[in-house]
Amino acid sequence: MVKITTRRFASSVVVSLLALGLAACGGGTTKDSTSAAPAAPAPSAAASADPDAPVKEGLKLAFLPKQINNPYETIVDNAGIEAAKEFKGEAKEVGPSDASASSQISYINTLIQQRQDAILIAANDANAVCGPLQQARSKGIKIVAYDSDASKDCRDLFINQASSEEVGRSQVRMLSEMIGGKGDIAILSATANATNQNTWIDFMKQELAKPEYKDIKLVKVAYGDDDDQKSFQETQGLLQAYPDLKGIISPTTVGISAAARYISGSQYKGKVVLTGLGTPNQMRQFVKDGTVREFALWNPKDLGYLASYAAAALASGQITGAEGETFKAGRLGERTIGKDGEVILGPPFVFDEGNIDDFDF
Amino acid sequence: MAPDPIPAAPVPASAVNRGGAGRFLRWDVLVTALLIAVFLGGASTSTGFASVDNLSFALGDLGEIALIALAMTLLVVAAEVDLSVASVLGLSSALVGALWDAGMAIETIIPLVVVVGMVCGLVNGLLVTRLGLPSLAVTIGTLALYRGLAYVVLGDRAVAQFPPGYVSLAVDNVPGTPIPYPVALFALLAVVTGVVLHATGAGRALFAIGAQEEAAFFAGIRVKRVKLVLFVLSGTVAAFAGVIYTLRYGSARADNGLGIELAVIAAVLLGGVDFDGGKGTLGGVIAGVLLIGLLRNLLMLNDVATEIQSIVTGLLLIVSVLTPRLAALVRRRRRAPAV
Repeated sequence: MVKITTRRFASSVVVSLLALGLAACGGGTTKDSTSAAPAAPAPSAAASADPDAPVKEGLKLAFLPKQINNPYETIVDNAGIEAAKEFKGEAKEVGPSDASASSQISYINTLIQQRQDAILIAANDANAVCGPLQQARSKGIKIVAYDSDASKDCRDLFINQASSEEVGRSQVRMLSEMIGGKGDIAILSATANATNQNTWIDFMKQELAKPEYKDIKLVKVAYGDDDDQKSFQETQGLLQAYPDLKGIISPTTVGISAAARYISGSQYKGKVVLTGLGTPNQMRQFVKDGTVREFALWNPKDLGYLASYAAAALASGQITGAEGETFKAGRLGERTIGKDGEVILGPPFVFDEGNIDDFDF
Repeated sequence: MAPDPIPAAPVPASAVNRGGAGRFLRWDVLVTALLIAVFLGGASTSTGFASVDNLSFALGDLGEIALIALAMTLLVVAAEVDLSVASVLGLSSALVGALWDAGMAIETIIPLVVVVGMVCGLVNGLLVTRLGLPSLAVTIGTLALYRGLAYVVLGDRAVAQFPPGYVSLAVDNVPGTPIPYPVALFALLAVVTGVVLHATGAGRALFAIGAQEEAAFFAGIRVKRVKLVLFVLSGTVAAFAGVIYTLRYGSARADNGLGIELAVIAAVLLGGVDFDGGKGTLGGVIAGVLLIGLLRNLLMLNDVATEIQSIVTGLLLIVSVLTPRLAALVRRRRRAPAV
């Protein structure tokens, strides 16, 4: 009995599905016909800020990282949880064990049910978390994105770990100081079209154009494609091609650690200065063996700390997330909200032999 | 909570089910009892658990898994399995994203990706039935293959901004009820599947195939044809679940639904369907899906760490597979001296 109907049924289903699809071709719902759809209104738009309101006691904050058990995120969140104790709030970290796009959704629902005062999220997918975050906001829960932004209609604030301009310019300042403001330098970047790196390199070039760096010459920008092996070989190539090279800036964690590994095992150790953006765990041995004196990244502890204070200020009504509002962030001092509800953490944090052992990520 | 559309009543005494291990200790009844216990326990200990919002969310969050579990139940009853369902879901999601981004109408995209899902299922089915390959091996292969295709289609991009009308169909509740549209669809399909599986000759044919394929063949059942249809059905449902998933999260990505085939199979096994085929009830599977979903929801509400959640689900699954076998063993031991 299954036999007779199967084939006819299957083909008629396929045909009718396709017919339905074709019929819709004429005037269906397309990206263009809906692109003018207005963004969901921010529920808190009508609220007004009272900068003098005291920070409420007993605020419930929840950190929702991209995934738990990620050493970097753990440092950020623990610092935020510690910060909450300073203003007598209760903070916790919950989150999924995988960083897939949708895994944060059920946690947001849970936090809504638990009636948290604020959710601090490092979004895995800027859009996938949007619906549930809007739902949370409609129940009066404040949303602070940190580390990785959610779509800006769905959160009140974004704590940006570093401004691109500062990241770029500060690396030139660091290198210049270490090579005595004179000599040939090179940049070892990620891929040729990496957005972050290219933005930073532009700012490096602007910084180098200043008169105080007139004796420093950028001879080459090399690309290691964020591949360890390639970055290693590019470093080797740079040092052979430019024997007088005094310094290398590598604004990528893969590049700087590969370059450090090459230099530490070569005759250039101690002669060529290397700096850039790296993580303490990758760079520790090279700082200890003297290959690298200092390198930069943001301070994850400060990131969590600032996010925690920002959430408290929002939940206490001191700020609403509008540009120009200010709030006090404990030991980090007063912070101002910039365009699109962004708060910038500050200049990059410099790691050296003195402080590198305080960090494990 | 949605009423269980198929009460876990005894299977209409299909010949193959008689004398099975489940006669003394009906696992699907136990799972339903456990589900009720979890629900009552949660409602009395956790504020927010029994709220309409939370249950409505928890149900909605299970939508895709539940839908896919319907087709999976039929396959497992017939002693086959389809591990590629989550990858078909991902491929469907990636296609929805890519085509939508290219400006195609959503009304065209949806039928198109459902047809792609059918083809995915057809490939699985042909490899299993025409070449006689084990479905476990075939669908592990296509699990990788279809997920790979999803990445070819969309790369690591994410496409968002789907039309609000369609998004609300995936997210909103049926007016006047706490039941999201996809769950309502599931309930409808569950009734149909339940009737087909437990009250028709076609359903009995599936049990027969699962219990004794050769006997079923000689009884006149077109075994290969039936299995082919089941695989096509599974691919189709998975692709449609991919559409719902994409709209519900509002984000089309190639990695959508990664790993949910395991949640589906866990629910099917937890529901008491025998992995060797020939035994099981749809009511049990539905209870299994709900139990996994509500238990996870309850653990999360109580801030139980993710690792512990996995451990609880894993143990539950092992117990569900072990208990009926132990019960059968104990019974045999007891009977042995008497005979």
